[in-house]
Amino acid sequence: MKNRLKVLRAERDWTQADLALALAVSRQTINAIETGRYDPSLPLAFRLARVFGLSIEDLFQEEDQTEA
Amino acid sequence: MMTDSTDAEAWAGRMIRNSISLFAWTVAWVGSLALASFGPGLFWDDQPAPTLIAIAGSVLIGIAMLFANKRHLQAMDELQRAMQLQTMAWTLGAGLVGGVALTLLARHGLVGFEAEIAHLVAFMAVIYMIGSIAGVLRYR
Repeated sequence: MKNRLKVLRAERDWTQADLALALAVSRQTINAIETGRYDPSLPLAFRLARVFGLSIEDLFQEEDQTEA
Repeated sequence: MMTDSTDAEAWAGRMIRNSISLFAWTVAWVGSLALASFGPGLFWDDQPAPTLIAIAGSVLIGIAMLFANKRHLQAMDELQRAMQLQTMAWTLGAGLVGGVALTLLARHGLVGFEAEIAHLVAFMAVIYMIGSIAGVLRYR
């Protein structure tokens, strides 16, 4: 799954640590999601979307959807 | 940022407290094991009553350590839990396979020492450390 986390975070001038603290997860988890090494659970994906004020689809896309 | 900083800071504080608690109980358990192992010969001349008390104390401290570990795991985020699950699976599997293999080797006189539980514990500890490091490197 691809995501726009890094771009959206940079637009808001948030650090990984800021986002991690906001979501009550480790900075390593934010980094792993951003780099595509880890796909978050649905509850965490919803929390991420809420923090950015966006929908889950705005944050995450399937690999084949982005390539199409 | 839309955040509940109180919850977030509480989570971070809980993680630190649980880590310290787990470390303290682990140190206490190792200390109690040392006392139960070496105390009979060094301190109370192999009398059974103090030995039983030392072993019972070690078991109780061990139970407290298990609960501290449970709290520590419950406070982790989902990636940390996934990493722990992988590490513990490797540790359990390697411990089972390695422990049985070592027992067989010792039974047939193919190793120059007698297989003891301490060897298995040390082996599992090494596997756990390697697994933990591998998890951190994988998701860094």
